[in-house]
Amino acid sequence: MSDTLLEIKDLKVYFPIRRKNLFSGVTQYVKAVDGVSFHIEKGETLGLVGESGSGKTTVGRSILRAIEPTAGKVTFNVDGETIDLSTLLDKELRVFRKNMQLIFQDPYSSLNPRMTVRDIIAEPIVAQKLAKGDEVDERVREAAALCKLNLEFLRRFPHAFSGGQRQRIGIARALVSRPQFIVCDESVSALDVSIQAEILNLLMDLQKEFGFTFLFIAHDLSVVAHISKRVAVMYLGQLVELAPTEDLFYTPKHPYTEALMSAIPEVDPNQEMNPVNLSGEIPSPINPPSGCRFHTRCPYVQDICKTDEPKWEEIEEKHFVTCHFANTLTLKGAKMPPSVDAA
Amino acid sequence: MTTTDLSTQEVQAPITQMESEEAQRYYSASQFQLIWWRFRKHRLARTGALILLTMALVGLFAEFVGPYSGITRVSEAVLVAPQAPQFCNDDGCSLRPFLPGITSERNTETLRMETKIDPSVRRDIYFFVEGEEYKLLGMFKMNTHLFGVEEGSIHLLGTDSLGRDIFSRTLLATRTSLSIGIIGVIIAFVLALVIGGVAGYFGGGLDYAIQRLTEIVRVIPVIPLYMGLAAAFPKEWSSTQVYFAMTLVLALVGWPTLARRIRGKLLSLRGEDYVIAASLAGAGPSRIIGRHLLPAFMSYIIVDLVISFPFMLLSETALSFVGLGLRPPTVSWGVLLQDAQTVRAIEQAPWLFIPALFVIVAVLSFTVLGDGLRDAADPYQVSG
Repeated sequence: MSDTLLEIKDLKVYFPIRRKNLFSGVTQYVKAVDGVSFHIEKGETLGLVGESGSGKTTVGRSILRAIEPTAGKVTFNVDGETIDLSTLLDKELRVFRKNMQLIFQDPYSSLNPRMTVRDIIAEPIVAQKLAKGDEVDERVREAAALCKLNLEFLRRFPHAFSGGQRQRIGIARALVSRPQFIVCDESVSALDVSIQAEILNLLMDLQKEFGFTFLFIAHDLSVVAHISKRVAVMYLGQLVELAPTEDLFYTPKHPYTEALMSAIPEVDPNQEMNPVNLSGEIPSPINPPSGCRFHTRCPYVQDICKTDEPKWEEIEEKHFVTCHFANTLTLKGAKMPPSVDAA
Repeated sequence: MTTTDLSTQEVQAPITQMESEEAQRYYSASQFQLIWWRFRKHRLARTGALILLTMALVGLFAEFVGPYSGITRVSEAVLVAPQAPQFCNDDGCSLRPFLPGITSERNTETLRMETKIDPSVRRDIYFFVEGEEYKLLGMFKMNTHLFGVEEGSIHLLGTDSLGRDIFSRTLLATRTSLSIGIIGVIIAFVLALVIGGVAGYFGGGLDYAIQRLTEIVRVIPVIPLYMGLAAAFPKEWSSTQVYFAMTLVLALVGWPTLARRIRGKLLSLRGEDYVIAASLAGAGPSRIIGRHLLPAFMSYIIVDLVISFPFMLLSETALSFVGLGLRPPTVSWGVLLQDAQTVRAIEQAPWLFIPALFVIVAVLSFTVLGDGLRDAADPYQVSG
């Protein structure tokens, strides 16, 4: 068994909604993340999928404390020490940030247009004074070279680059402080398919070489399948299923995962698709449904689902599900091998 | 593995490609270079900038450029019409400009002083002549003026009812009015930057309180507020004191709009991905403000400043015009126009309105300059 790098326990992120009235205080919360627990092993890539508004990005950012979690515990095992991120003070947190980084979704807005590429990449080590003088340049060059950026480009500004190149700059910035853990927040979804493949391969190569640990947030299942060892599925602020990639894709145990899998497009145009059509919209995270959160849209719904909240259980080895009928339902998985050989 | 190789090639391709020098220059251009390149293309704004620069220089050296001081009275030249320098008369032409002679006599019927032009007399204009003594920039004692005549007096824009040279007075007024605008804008701006900056950066309850305060200041009608504040100046204050009090009044009325804009800009910038990236990189508040937020809205600040100038100029002019602002012997555009608001001026001496042209030109110049700067200020809007 490999070591656990990151342990997330009962993470909750609530955003208060204020009424427009001056005199009534906080009345309601958007429960963006409502009790999420999982762990990430050293050197692995954990995929996190879910539809828009399910809270994937919030999970990623609250782990990094870019958003302050409302409750829950995030512990980080680094150099033999266990550090509880939620207890770190601002200053300690800033020092600790060298261990974890974020790669953004939008390669355009995530680079300051007023700084040269060199300054952008150098930011994490300069802000924390991890390096001085020539060492800064050396490390910037090293990171840029790893991301296959031409070193001549370092004195240019971001407006000189295309989306794929900009994303490489963003990755170089994330690498320069030599972090252990990197959150990729939809890092390839803004790019076109060929560039996506390039960036994914780059990330995988870097992982092989340096043993980075990734939390890979995406909504594109084939991308997640390509890069992840294990995949977690999120629905309305909670995890519904977490399993090794193959298990999750071929033998899903949660009806929501089944619906997702049936929606993967086929490469063969003659193959008929039979997606499980879910009725309705994702419910509001302000007033989530009682019992199982998925019961309003579940095709297998029973009475118990409307009243009792299912538990997060490990029903097979490494296979976690939140469903009352996880062991009784026979669900269909993805039809084709989920790898992206086509890319 | 094949995919990796392929991707490497694809990335390397544009790198080895030769790029023109121009493209190279563009790619490694900083924000201010990009702004400058775009601003240069804006001809109207360039003209505006040039006019304002000229005005500022002329205003700064008003005593040198103008032949007289603002209070010199030439009793034999009362209400003289503007005279343009000539190069030719009946006797022929010369390279040296000159003015025809003027005789002033009292009309026996209307008992008014009337001036007559005597074309046979030729008064040459000389450059760098010695004249009244003054202190350049308030420091250097000098008596050289840019131009002047040896006999009689020279009044390019005519004189007023006391025989004071309008040209010289307008130049002095340019200095007063522009400087009041500049100081007013700067004070308003510092207020706005602090108040709007605090509201925008910290947000929350503090922001809420500051916003309500801003609204309270904004809902007070401007004219009565001006009048109230201006009327509060004691009569015995010197003109310098009134001058500084005026700048303060203008600033106190002008800050809320600016503060709002700075707050809004900061709020939107705070949520930008690259600012989040900086805080995730471990940057502290001072680095985030200094390296990311301030540079990002510097261009907006400059544009805002330029655009709020006309407001200050017009406020000062309007206040002085109705007699609530600066008072003689200080000369500002408003004070000069106050002199012009008589039936006699309209009927007999329309040249007393010439300072109004300066106000119009200055306001228009600021407006087109602001337009040009605004267009140039965000060089990243159109990404190539």
